[in-house]
Amino acid sequence: MTPHPGRRGWARAFVTRLRSGDEIAHLITWAFAASVFLITCLLLYELWDKSALPRHKFGWFFLLTRAWDPVAEQFGALPFIYGTLVTSALGMLIAVPLGVGAAIFLAELAPPRISDALSFVIELLAAVPSVIYGVIGIFIMVPFLRKYVEPHLKATFGYLPLFKGPMMGVGFLAAGVVLAVMIVPFILSISREVLLAVPIDQREAALALGATKWESTWKVVVPYARTGIMGSVFLALARALGETMAVTMVIGGAPQISASLFAPGYSIAAVIADQLAEATSDMYYQALIELGLVLFLVTIIINTLARILILTTAGRGTAH
Amino acid sequence: MNSPRSRRLTVAAICSVILATGFIFRPEPSSPAPAVPADRLLINAAGATFPYPIYSKWFAEYHKLHQDLEINYQSIGSGGGIRQLQAGTIDFGASDMPLKDEQLNGFKDKPLHFPTVLGAVVPTYNIPGVTADLKFTQKALAAIYMGKITKWNDPEIAKANPGVQLPGDDIVVVHRSDGSGTTFIWTDFLSKVDADWRAKIGSNTSVNWPVGLGGKGNEGVSGLVEQTPDSVGYVELIYAIQNHLRYGLVQNAAGAFLKASLEGVTAAAAGAANNMPADFRVSITNAPGKTAYPISSFTYLLIPQTISDTAKRDAITGFLRWMVTDGQKYTEALAYAPLPKEVAAKEMKQISEIK
Repeated sequence: MTPHPGRRGWARAFVTRLRSGDEIAHLITWAFAASVFLITCLLLYELWDKSALPRHKFGWFFLLTRAWDPVAEQFGALPFIYGTLVTSALGMLIAVPLGVGAAIFLAELAPPRISDALSFVIELLAAVPSVIYGVIGIFIMVPFLRKYVEPHLKATFGYLPLFKGPMMGVGFLAAGVVLAVMIVPFILSISREVLLAVPIDQREAALALGATKWESTWKVVVPYARTGIMGSVFLALARALGETMAVTMVIGGAPQISASLFAPGYSIAAVIADQLAEATSDMYYQALIELGLVLFLVTIIINTLARILILTTAGRGTAH
Repeated sequence: MNSPRSRRLTVAAICSVILATGFIFRPEPSSPAPAVPADRLLINAAGATFPYPIYSKWFAEYHKLHQDLEINYQSIGSGGGIRQLQAGTIDFGASDMPLKDEQLNGFKDKPLHFPTVLGAVVPTYNIPGVTADLKFTQKALAAIYMGKITKWNDPEIAKANPGVQLPGDDIVVVHRSDGSGTTFIWTDFLSKVDADWRAKIGSNTSVNWPVGLGGKGNEGVSGLVEQTPDSVGYVELIYAIQNHLRYGLVQNAAGAFLKASLEGVTAAAAGAANNMPADFRVSITNAPGKTAYPISSFTYLLIPQTISDTAKRDAITGFLRWMVTDGQKYTEALAYAPLPKEVAAKEMKQISEIK
């Protein structure tokens, strides 16, 4: 009847911990954390499993060829990978300086009342559905780009291959600009929070040493908040890589690789959204699923590279 | 007490308790709750988006006549309709293009094709300064979409449009970026009239376009065409009519230039009806006949040949009989071309093949 005395003690201790909630909290949070990992694994498995036909037919050439011919059932992901990377890079190029710069102003230089009001508006921007950005993009931004921005770019930088060819409004440039507008709120909102969280004594110490307001901001506060700002940039990048609706509407829907930003292109997420519903043959359907797998891997690779970049440059920051 | 081992034991214990309770409190397997009252029959269908407005009208009207029958149609696209029918998750499907032989071979029970209504595709364009309705020869349309004709004042376009002042600007070609039955009809027509197109591009819901930019949906294409000077695109006739778009005349097989109309589309189907195969899997683009509009096509319901549930079989065959007869009167109000009599009569015969 009485088993091990240790066991009894264990049971009593367990009940105590159960009552105080520790063990339950541990278990539940552990299960939640595990489920995230499990969902990721399942997603990857399903994408892999459901794309068997094109994987066997094309192998690695799927990543390296440009053909996208549903009639002849020849499929290659290269133009879509290119389009995804170019539009995301363009979006980041515009959004990162804009977002971080604005965050510095709002956190450090602007009067608190303006800062709070503006950041509320910015958070509203982040909540706008992407189809709205797409509609505004196609009806207002695309004609504007074609009539005013692209002719100017061509006149000024026309000698660069980036700005050659016919100006049609839709294309890589349009997709990049829409993406920039969509991801700025992410960068701005998080970066501002991070900058505001920098301890006041950091600033006071810098000012006490004779730094100007801008010197203390740029040389002390921003480096201190560096990791957080980088985090916001990653979040924005992930959003840009996977953004579907708005990009689909303005990218021009042509799977081609062109150095010119004026040219129409295609992104991975856009082609899946466009063509999955009417993909009538199995090979075609599975090629689109395999594109999903490619997007997954591209996202993982880009994020890993970015993380490595941070780790290798981390030492250069002044504060950590 | 707090060693990792005991902790793991605790976790294991709690896990097993949770699992066990899961088994104990598993709900008793009872008779499945009916989604609709027992005297009501629910039929699920899915597929093409192009005929969705007329299908939902038909299913609603038929429900008024037969209160005990409800047909639930989801417009998820032809591809999805075919796949779901193959998987057996729906009672019947719908597709904008007839199934190819290899697709049919994927079915255990090969579905029958029932043409329902007709659709047509028209070329729409935006050339500053040109107000006349342009005439497109078959050769010109294929060459524009192949990228062989790149200027509006090309002789092939100019000779069909005497008196129209065509600019020497580059043509901006617009096509659909999303997979679509509209693209199938368009490319099917181009394949028929141009050997080069047939050999290099072919026809499908989406193809490897040699030139141009893509817009999503009819609205995407027409939006791009309206905004971009010197552009040409293609949209569904219904969309062009409802949105008052300007569209061009197309040369048909008899050499006449026709502006698309519902009568012209029905005439194309009637012209093709004479040598229509028994299973209706036929393309009616470039159909013979002076009044036949050449870029027309059927859209189909895909009905399984054997339906074991007799109540469902009676309901579906009943609906089909109504659809090819009384149902056709609803088509023109929604700007669909009705079936020609010859085709409707042939379909009545095929209905009896459903076992």
